[in-house]
Amino acid sequence: MNDPHLLTLHVNGEEHEVVVEPRRTLADVLRHDLRLTGTHVGCEHGVCGACTVLLDDAPTRACLVFAVQAEGADVRTVESLGGEHGALSDLQQAFSDHHGLQCGFCTPGFLMLAEGVLAEQPDASREDIREALSANLCRCTGYQTIVDAVCATAQARREATA
Amino acid sequence: MTATDVPGLPADADPDRPEPGGEGDHGTPAEPRFDGHRGRWVGASIPRHEDPRLLTGRGRFVDDIALTGMLHAGFVRATVAHARVTELDLSAVREVPGVVAAYDAADLALGDIVAILDRPAEEFTPTAMPVLARDKVRFVGEPVALVVARDPYAVEDGIEAARVSYDVLEAVNSSDGALAEGAPVVHDEAPDNVLLDVSMFDTPGVDEAFADAGGCVVEVETRSGRQNALPLETRGAVASWDARDDQLLVQTTTQVPHQVRTMVARCLGVPERTVRVTVPDMGGGFGQKCVVGREEIAVAAAAQRLHRPVKWIEDRREALTAGFLAREQHYRTRAAFDGDGHITALDVDIVCDMGAYSCYPFTAGIEPLMASAEMPSVYRVPAYRVRGRAITSNKAPTAPYRGVSRPQYVVAIERVMERAARALGLDPVEVRRRNVITQFPYTGVNGVTYDPGTYRESLDLAEAILRDEGWYDERDRAAAAGRHLGIGYCCFSERTGYGSEAFAKRKMTVVPGFDLSEIRMDTTGAVVVTSGTMNHGQSHETTFAQIVADRLGIDTARVKLRQGDTERIAYGWGTFASRSVTIGGSAVALASERLGELLCRIAAHLLETRPENVALDGDGGVVQLDDPDRRLSYSDIADVAYLRSHLLPKDVEPTLTATASFDVPGDGTFSNATHAVVVEADAGTGQIRILRYACVEDCGVVIHPQVVEGQCRGGIAQGIAGALFEEVTYDAQGEPSAASFIDYLVPTATEIPDISIAHLETPCAFTANGAKGAGEGGTIGAPAAVLNAVNDALRDTGVELDTTPIHPATVLDALEGRP
Ligand code: FES
Ligand code: FES
Repeated sequence: MNDPHLLTLHVNGEEHEVVVEPRRTLADVLRHDLRLTGTHVGCEHGVCGACTVLLDDAPTRACLVFAVQAEGADVRTVESLGGEHGALSDLQQAFSDHHGLQCGFCTPGFLMLAEGVLAEQPDASREDIREALSANLCRCTGYQTIVDAVCATAQARREATA
Repeated sequence: MTATDVPGLPADADPDRPEPGGEGDHGTPAEPRFDGHRGRWVGASIPRHEDPRLLTGRGRFVDDIALTGMLHAGFVRATVAHARVTELDLSAVREVPGVVAAYDAADLALGDIVAILDRPAEEFTPTAMPVLARDKVRFVGEPVALVVARDPYAVEDGIEAARVSYDVLEAVNSSDGALAEGAPVVHDEAPDNVLLDVSMFDTPGVDEAFADAGGCVVEVETRSGRQNALPLETRGAVASWDARDDQLLVQTTTQVPHQVRTMVARCLGVPERTVRVTVPDMGGGFGQKCVVGREEIAVAAAAQRLHRPVKWIEDRREALTAGFLAREQHYRTRAAFDGDGHITALDVDIVCDMGAYSCYPFTAGIEPLMASAEMPSVYRVPAYRVRGRAITSNKAPTAPYRGVSRPQYVVAIERVMERAARALGLDPVEVRRRNVITQFPYTGVNGVTYDPGTYRESLDLAEAILRDEGWYDERDRAAAAGRHLGIGYCCFSERTGYGSEAFAKRKMTVVPGFDLSEIRMDTTGAVVVTSGTMNHGQSHETTFAQIVADRLGIDTARVKLRQGDTERIAYGWGTFASRSVTIGGSAVALASERLGELLCRIAAHLLETRPENVALDGDGGVVQLDDPDRRLSYSDIADVAYLRSHLLPKDVEPTLTATASFDVPGDGTFSNATHAVVVEADAGTGQIRILRYACVEDCGVVIHPQVVEGQCRGGIAQGIAGALFEEVTYDAQGEPSAASFIDYLVPTATEIPDISIAHLETPCAFTANGAKGAGEGGTIGAPAAVLNAVNDALRDTGVELDTTPIHPATVLDALEGRP
């Protein structure tokens, strides 16, 4: 291995020590070293967003980040959403309710993107949400039901904090 | 409208119906199957069974598979489109740290992938697709050698170390180029670059109709760009050798596991028994994964040699340049109309650029044959002539992409309708109304019998939606204000659930059609049901469970679907051509019914009553009809069937298992729809914005409304992509333009509008559930509807656009009066 690095990653509230080559992406480390395979890879060049994770709360393309760059950051993946025993979070439930997923390959990326968007813009309008979600690709749904799911969650969260 | 509103028309009710005994005669009519059975579950949008795992990151996609000792594979691919390989040296590859093996075609010595049609030599030329290119490469991205290494990064290093020298030949980069005098030859077997040339119909009266066209003759030349079906998950496979089972396990992203098994066994020269194909969760397919990929076979061969698991995951660049493409077609269509606006003849020449190789099992004939057979679409065309050709070129090969040729021939015929409307001074919807099939069953000039549908009703409703919402007024107001709004329609039907009889007419030597299901009830009364179909996003785990739950009167939570395993399912044709719910769903329903009969037989014996005196009670048990207090639950019965089998009736075998097969008879069943679109062309940028998209569809009995709507919307999004955005072009040397998502423009949430969907329901009489296919329709209707709307928006420019995708520059040229 070329110049291996030992690093500590904070992922979903747990610390992991991994030995990686400097060129190894965060997506590969999450998926193949930590076996958190919920984060998907659809292009490896930063366009599709299937690999979106939260890096210190900001939606980030894990395929464009080297694992070594994520040291010290708080990484959250789809596996962190939801509760005990596979209980779905409000956002995950909304995706199911609105049929916001078909094959489900893009879904983890959209969920993490949406979590970032909802945290950043809790008052986002449907058009704001649509615009923000245009960062990621879905080939199955035509997007409408994904927008529906995120809007419904935004609304419910607003009502809960009102 | 429902089927009951369409009393069986006498066979001669339609004046356009061809004579019996000709191409249009199909012998005995289909045995009616749908008994109107509806229960608690079918028709309800229940939570999808697939969702919890997919939402929590616990799905298992092919790249999620990790096996002990697993190696990784990648391909050295051709960097030129057409060349003789003069040198292929892998010695440096084998020296790269981490590389375990490198193979070329000679090393692996595999059989070729060959797909043939049962047609004479003047109609079809078989060609072989080698697993790894031998002495010639035919497209940029063609696999030339396989590199296996300890990790994917080392694979890349290994690929870079390969030395390949080429003697570059002139490339064929277009269908016109392929057919030109003295064109370079892609396959020696086909010196004219034509792989299929079939004149499927030349019915009497075509020339006469053109000679005395009382209304008009329209001619239109339509073209569509080469598209990538583009499942978000690329292709991939993990192959491993299991010494104990004496079997190669190939876990792969395929829509057709049994067909992959057949081809792996053939190419490796081993008995099919020694190959097992399983399919993990799949991130879409849309047809791209319904053909056998050479990479799947190469990886299997490597695992067999190395006795180690080998994984190959296609990267996006490979998927865009070397994955199966589709849709590059060119139609020259002439149509004659009488003075009343009725079409009197159709004469079409179709050329499809199938790329470098013929796909298995469908062959390079798939696109032109589909188009030739179905071209008259939803209209009563009395005379029809068609020639369809598949040509080969130095481009990535093609697979049947969602809709297969229907998006293209529908564009051709819908452009004909629009042009006729203009020539005759009629409203475009009115021209369609005068021509659309309204009496069913209808046997067309193409010999196809169309089962009942709502062609006219969907058209009327779609138009009413736009009128009621005021879009016609809006269009006038916009025009007055100097803006360019246009309204467009597309009315079409789609043959779904092709059975073996329908496929046999295409003269395939491998004839898909039937499907199988086995259902097994355990001692708790829960069931596992199998299907030879292959879910890749369509929600089979949910919809098939609904079908079973209704037939057996149990909760859907007690039904688990298994598919995608050649060991568990005796045979299947996978998922394509909107066949899953029509054929697979019918097999599942019949197997469930048989299980119900078995449960009743055992229960009658245990209740000591006559078999006619018991019935399923719709709530997980069997009840005695003359004494409803006497009831046995399924677990009571299962307890006897497994654990106390000495109590079974003498003629009943232990265990609760039933199997069924199903094949759609005759010509299959037609779903239909009308799409209505309002667009605005931006005078500043030439961009097309979709302001309103309405879909009125009829896919028979809807099992799960939300899922059907999801299929429609997703399909429409792909159709819009083809109409406005996506295209793989090739330069003169055959270099593809799109190697990343920067160049291949996949629409996002801001390009795809919200879409309304209205359902009409004409139950299919000969599928077990009354359902027709719903997987492809959206993709079929969108390109023509959008193209027509754009032309309407440009109606004052005198320009007619007939090519997709529609580029903003073309729109701008039209608006600014540039020729
Ligand atoms: S895989 Fe990271 S953006 Fe596509
Ligand atoms: S659900 Fe398949 S890509 Fe989005």
